[in-house]
Amino acid sequence: MKCRKCGAKAALNMRQHRLALCAEHFLEWLPDQTQRFIQKYRMFLPEERILVAVSGGKDSLSLWDILSRLGYSADGLYIDLGIDHGTGYSTVSRQKAAAFAESHMLKLLIVDVPATLGASIPTAARLTHRGAQKPCSVCGMTKRHIMNRMARDLGYDVLATGHNLDDEAAVLFGNTLTWATGYLARQGPVLDAETGFVRKVKPFCRLYERETAAYALLRGIDYVYEECPLADGATSIFYKDVLSRMETERPGIKLAFYLSFLQARLGGFLAAPSSIAASEMHPCPACGQPTTSVDVCSFCRTWNAVRTRREAEGPGE
Amino acid sequence: MPAEMILRDKTYPIPSGMTIRHALEKIGVNPDTVLPTRDGELLTDDELIRDGDRIRLIAVISGGRSPSAGSPHGSAI
Repeated sequence: MKCRKCGAKAALNMRQHRLALCAEHFLEWLPDQTQRFIQKYRMFLPEERILVAVSGGKDSLSLWDILSRLGYSADGLYIDLGIDHGTGYSTVSRQKAAAFAESHMLKLLIVDVPATLGASIPTAARLTHRGAQKPCSVCGMTKRHIMNRMARDLGYDVLATGHNLDDEAAVLFGNTLTWATGYLARQGPVLDAETGFVRKVKPFCRLYERETAAYALLRGIDYVYEECPLADGATSIFYKDVLSRMETERPGIKLAFYLSFLQARLGGFLAAPSSIAASEMHPCPACGQPTTSVDVCSFCRTWNAVRTRREAEGPGE
Repeated sequence: MPAEMILRDKTYPIPSGMTIRHALEKIGVNPDTVLPTRDGELLTDDELIRDGDRIRLIAVISGGRSPSAGSPHGSAI
């Protein structure tokens, strides 16, 4: 198969676009596409300060790489979750993120969850009702809280994450199966800033996971290849698998699913994304982040419970 | 000399002469979930497998969020 642009041997065939490209032209194409989506969805302006959430994985490091190459002012935020599971997962991913930052002369902020909050994510999941049987829930909540707090407190204009089309399609699929209209109404490439919340953007939202992985490989980005050991059996992976099987039979179906959803949302098919009135939000008395809870926010409630139970258990994880 | 495909810690012997796509179907791996490489070079799935090839498959699926992580300010990285 040959590159459509130069006729050289193709490195990647994107059946959904009927486009095959060589390594050189693919490495040009992907940043061009990213820039196109940044502008199309009005994610941010060249002068704005961006905080990129980096996990050490292919998507977030590729995004950071591309934003830097495109000339944006983008710092990284790595959240060490303290996940070991016999593989040293967090240690390895932290090393990858730090090595990338150093080699590209980029600024990386690090938040160490066990050191800051008093327990690792696996421990927190074990000790809380929220995390029982589903550590991804307490993990996601913790990351969302930290990402927003860091971006807000340090004056960043926008928080960028490496969510790709497969991520977005899987979330959309799950929320459609359960008609989670509140979530559906708010899913999109951009989540505008609200009181206490920074703007969140997903510049890779229209790029297939194969494409971001190919970019990382061809660019020589050293990313953490292993999946999070706690994600085994996660619902999102199951949905991705289902959608990928559909994609194999019908190339482009994932993209069409997501784009037609965005179109429907834009056309008012779903309720306006204002299910939570601003007046219902108030600052958490403990951490100051916005919440609808009558008392402290769910993050503070969860982690207070973790610390209390940790103390009752005594030292040692 | 037989060829083989390697995905994570599994090795699959495969006959040479078929395309990568055909071989992936044979071993039951969805072509949309992997990137085939040979000696570090990314290959398209119409590439013919040669004698002695070691085709390393890079898995591209990642995840681990609960579906509700698509929630308002939800995001995993």
